[in-house]
Amino acid sequence: MDGDTTDGGFADDDGTIPDDDRTDSDLLAGVRDVLPLMLGIVPFALVAGIAAVDAGLGLAEAVGMSVIVFAGASQLAALELLGSNAPLAVVIGTAAVINLRMVMYSASIAPYFADYGRRLRAGLAYVLTDQAYALSVAEFDKNSDRSRWRYYVGVAASLWVVWQIGTVVGVVIGTGVPDSWGLTFAVPLVFLALLVPAMKDRPTTAAGVAAGAVAIVAVGLPLNLGLLVGAITGIVVGLVVEVVVE
Amino acid sequence: MTGTLPIAGAARVWVAIVLIGIATYGFRLSFIHLFGRIDEVPDRITRPLRYVPPAVLAALVLPDLVTLRPSVAATLLDERLIAGAVAGAVAWRTERVFATIVAGMATLWLFRFVVFA
Repeated sequence: MDGDTTDGGFADDDGTIPDDDRTDSDLLAGVRDVLPLMLGIVPFALVAGIAAVDAGLGLAEAVGMSVIVFAGASQLAALELLGSNAPLAVVIGTAAVINLRMVMYSASIAPYFADYGRRLRAGLAYVLTDQAYALSVAEFDKNSDRSRWRYYVGVAASLWVVWQIGTVVGVVIGTGVPDSWGLTFAVPLVFLALLVPAMKDRPTTAAGVAAGAVAIVAVGLPLNLGLLVGAITGIVVGLVVEVVVE
Repeated sequence: MTGTLPIAGAARVWVAIVLIGIATYGFRLSFIHLFGRIDEVPDRITRPLRYVPPAVLAALVLPDLVTLRPSVAATLLDERLIAGAVAGAVAWRTERVFATIVAGMATLWLFRFVVFA
C-alpha cells in the first residue's frame, strides 16, 4: 500500500503489505517501549557470550547459536551441557523443554497476527521472545489502532540486534577475564531474576520448589539428565497442586 | 568444563545449534501458523505450559547454587549459596536482572576473596 517499501521482505502471500500499517511511528513506539528492558537483556547477552567461551565455543559458534536459536535460557543450558560433554540428545531435549513455553506465547499472540500473510507470520515467529510477547500483547490490548506487526517488529528486532551484539562482546570479555572471577556465576543469577517473578501463585511456586529440589538431588544422574528430570517433575507437581487448590 | 573442544566437538556443537534452532522455531511458529485452522488452543496444551517457566528455571538455577555435602554446615556455608540467597532477595524486591546480577556477583566476590579467603 501507498508505496511503502519498508516491509523488509515480509510481504503478504499475494505480494501486498498488510494494510493495517499507517506510519513508522508504530515501529518506533516498539523500539521506545523495549529500551528499559535492555538493562536486563544486555547483561543476559553478555553472559551468553561468556558462557559460550567457557563451554569451548569460538566466536562463529557463539554468534551462530545466538542467531539460529535466539532464546537465552535454552542457549545457556545447552552451553552448560555441551561444556560437560552431555550426549547430544540430552542437550537438545533439555533446550527444547526450556523453549516449550514459546508454544504458549505463539498460541496467545496468534489471534493478533491472524490477518497477516503466511510469509509475514513466518518472519514474526522467528523473533518471538518472552519480552516481545509480553510487551506486544499488552500494547495490542491497550491500543487497538496500532499497526500490530510494526510495533512488534520494533520491539522484537531491537531485542535481536542487542542480543547479537551482546553475544559478541561477551565472547570478547569471556576470553579476557580470569576464571577465578567466576563470571559464569552470572548465568544462574540471570535465571534467578527470571525465576522469582515466575513463581507468582501456589501452583507455580510448588512447581519451582519441586523442580529445584529434584534437580539438586539428581545432579549426579547419568547423561546429565538431572535438569530434564527436575523440570518435568516440577511441571507435574504444578498441575497436581493446581487441581488440589481448586 | 573449559578448554578447546576436540575436532569431533565442533561438529557436535553445530548439530546441537541447528537442531535446537529448528525445534525452537517450530514452537514459535506453531500456533501463529495454525491459527485460522483451529479456533481455540486446547486447555490440555496450555495448562501444563504454565508450569514450564518456573520448573525449568528452578531446575537450572538450584544445582548451580547448592551442592549437597556430608554435613548441613558444609552445604550451607557455600559462597554460591550465600550469593544466590542475596541475589534471590534482590530479585524478589526489584524484579530486575541487572540489580540481581550485581548483588549476586558482589556477594560472591566478597565471600570468595575476603570472608572465606
